[in-house]
Amino acid sequence: MAETDGKKGAPASPPAGAPPAGSNGDGKNGKGRITALLEGGKVVRERAVDELKALKQPEKTDLWKSVLRVKHDETPRSRALGVLSNVFLHLHPAKINRDAVAYNYTWGMGGMTFYVYITLVFTGTLLMFYYHPSKVVAFRDILYLEHDVPFGKLLRNMHRWGAHLMVIMVELHMFRVFLTGSYKPPRQFNWVVGVLLLVLTLLLSFTGYLLPDDQLGFWAVTVGTNMARATPLLGHDGPFGHQLGMTPFNDVRFGLLGGSIVDANALLRAYIWHCVAIPIIASTFMVVHFWRVRKDGGISGPSPVVLESEIKEPRKL
Amino acid sequence: MEGGLKPARDFSPVSSYSPGGSHMDFHQLWTIFSTPDNVPIVLLLFVVPFYTWYGLRQAFANDRLIGQLEADPALAKTSHRKTQLWKPGWAKEVHVWPYLLRIEFLAAIIVTVILMVWSITLNAPLEEPSNPTLTMNPAKAPWYFLGLQEMLVYFDPWMAGVVFPSLIIIGLMVIPYIDANPLGNGYYTYKQRKFSILTFLFGFIALWVSMIVIGTIIRGPGWMWFWPGVTWDHNRLVFEVNRDLPDIFGIKDRTGKAIFGAIVMGIYFVGAWIGMHKLITRTPFNRKIYARMSLLQYSVMQVFLILMLLLPVKMLLRLVFRIKYVWITPWFNI
Repeated sequence: MAETDGKKGAPASPPAGAPPAGSNGDGKNGKGRITALLEGGKVVRERAVDELKALKQPEKTDLWKSVLRVKHDETPRSRALGVLSNVFLHLHPAKINRDAVAYNYTWGMGGMTFYVYITLVFTGTLLMFYYHPSKVVAFRDILYLEHDVPFGKLLRNMHRWGAHLMVIMVELHMFRVFLTGSYKPPRQFNWVVGVLLLVLTLLLSFTGYLLPDDQLGFWAVTVGTNMARATPLLGHDGPFGHQLGMTPFNDVRFGLLGGSIVDANALLRAYIWHCVAIPIIASTFMVVHFWRVRKDGGISGPSPVVLESEIKEPRKL
Repeated sequence: MEGGLKPARDFSPVSSYSPGGSHMDFHQLWTIFSTPDNVPIVLLLFVVPFYTWYGLRQAFANDRLIGQLEADPALAKTSHRKTQLWKPGWAKEVHVWPYLLRIEFLAAIIVTVILMVWSITLNAPLEEPSNPTLTMNPAKAPWYFLGLQEMLVYFDPWMAGVVFPSLIIIGLMVIPYIDANPLGNGYYTYKQRKFSILTFLFGFIALWVSMIVIGTIIRGPGWMWFWPGVTWDHNRLVFEVNRDLPDIFGIKDRTGKAIFGAIVMGIYFVGAWIGMHKLITRTPFNRKIYARMSLLQYSVMQVFLILMLLLPVKMLLRLVFRIKYVWITPWFNI
C-alpha cells in the first residue's frame, strides 16, 4: 500500500534537516534536535494524512485489488467480471433473460432450497459439537442442548424446521419445473439428477429423525425400516426372500440397521449416513445439478411460446 | 365419551365413529393441527393450493396469448410471445449483478427470518427416551413418508414400502424421456400439455399430497380412520370384515386362487391399457403427439400409468367394497 517514491523519504531515513547523529548532548544541540524531531513528525503526519485520504477510495489499494482482482467501476464489463471472476458467483451467467428474474416464473424455490441446505449444514455442524451418537448419551445430549447450551434450543429448532422446509421447497421446485416443462430437451438428464436429489433430501431427513433417540424417532424408524424386511428377494418377509435364504440376520434390513432391531448400531449408522455420507453424495449431485443448469443454457425461461403449427417433425432414428 | 366399550356398528365406507352423537371435538382438532411436526402439513395445505393456482394462472394467461397468436399469424411473426411486458428498445437480458443477486440476497434474508421466527415460536418435538417395549400409538413415520404408510392399508409392505417407492422414483426419472410433446418447454401452459399436466396434478396432489394429509390428520390410534373433529378413541374397535376377491367368487382352492388372481390382474392390465390408450388418443392433438412416440416410449408410459392407477383402484376396492386381496399366491398377495 505504501508508495515509496523516494521524494517524501522512507520512514527509516532521517528527515532532511535533521542534525547529524552522534553530536554532543549539550543544550543548544538538544533544542535543535527537538525542532528536528517535531519537523520530522510533521512530515510523517502529512504522509499519514495523505495515505488515509487515499483510503477514501479503497478500491485503489493493492490489498483490495489483490482480493477482488477486477475494477469495480460502473461499467458493464466490470459488472460481468464481478460475477464471472467470483468463485461463489461464477455459476451465474453474466447476463440473464430479463423476465427470468421475476419471481412468478421460478418461484425462487431451487435457490431457496440450496440456501436452506446451507443453513442446515451450518446448524448441523454446530449440533455435532454437542452430540454423541451413542445409546447412552444421545438423548441426554438433546436435553443438554435444549436446556444448557447457549442458543442450543434455537439451533435444534432451526435444524428441524429447516429440514421440513427443505422437503417442502424441493417438492414445490419439482412442481414448478414440471409445470413449465423445463425437463424437456436439453434438460432431461438434469431432471433425473433432480429426482435423485429429492430422494437424497428425504433420506437425509429420515436418517436425522432417529438421532434424538426419543420415542418419536425410534418408532418412525422402526416403522420405516420394517418395510425393508418385506423387500422382494432381499428381505426375509418379502416375496421369495425366504426361498433365497433370507433371515432377520442377513437381509437388507439387517444391513441398514447393523442389527435385527433399531439399537446402538442403527443409531451410529443413521448418524454416519446423516452427517457424512449423504451430505457428501447430495453435495456432489448438487454441483452436477447446478453445473448442468448452466451447460444446458441457463434456466429454461420464460421463453417465447411456441404454436402448435410450428412443431417440427421428429428426427427419425 | 360414553362409558363402556362399545364396538362400532357402522357400515359406512370409511368408519366414522363418533361417540355420543356428532359433535365436533375441536380440542382433538387443535391437538392434531398444533402438534409441532404437523405444522409442515398445515403449511402444505396452504402452499400447495397457492402455487397450483399461481402456476395455472400463468398457464391460462399464456394459453390466451397462444390463442391470439394462432388467430393472427401476422402478430405471431412480430410478437414478443410472452405475457411479460416488453417494449422495443429494451434489452432482452439484464446483468446478474445487481438485478438477480439482489433478489437472491433478499430471498436469503426472508428465508432466514421465516426460519428464525418459526424456530423461536415453535419447539422441535422431543418425546420420552426411546423404549422398544412401549409402542407409540399411532406410530407414524415422518410426514413426508405418511403417503407410503397410508399405502400400507391397501397393499402389503413389499408393495407399499419397496415396490411403489421405487416405481415412483423411476417413474419420475423417465418422465423427460417418454414425454414426446415438444410444446410447453420453458413456459407455463395448460392447453398445450393437458394430458401431462393433469397426470402430474393427479399424481402429486390427488395421490401424494392428499395421502400425506390423510395420514397426518385422519389416521388415529390403530391407524383407524377418524374424520376431522372426531375424538381419537384409543379403545375404539372396528370389526371390519375384509374379504378377498376369490372368496367372493367362492374359490377356496389355493391354486385356483392364484390362477384366478392372475386372470383378474391380467384383465385389469388389458382393460386399463385400452382405457389409457383411449385417453391418450382422445383429441387430434393427443393423436399427433402419440404419432411421435416410439413403441418403447409408449409402452413405458402405459406401464407406469397403469401401475399408478393401481393405487386408487385398490383404495376404492378396500374402502368401498372391503376387499383386501385380489391375487393370492403362496409367495405374495396383491
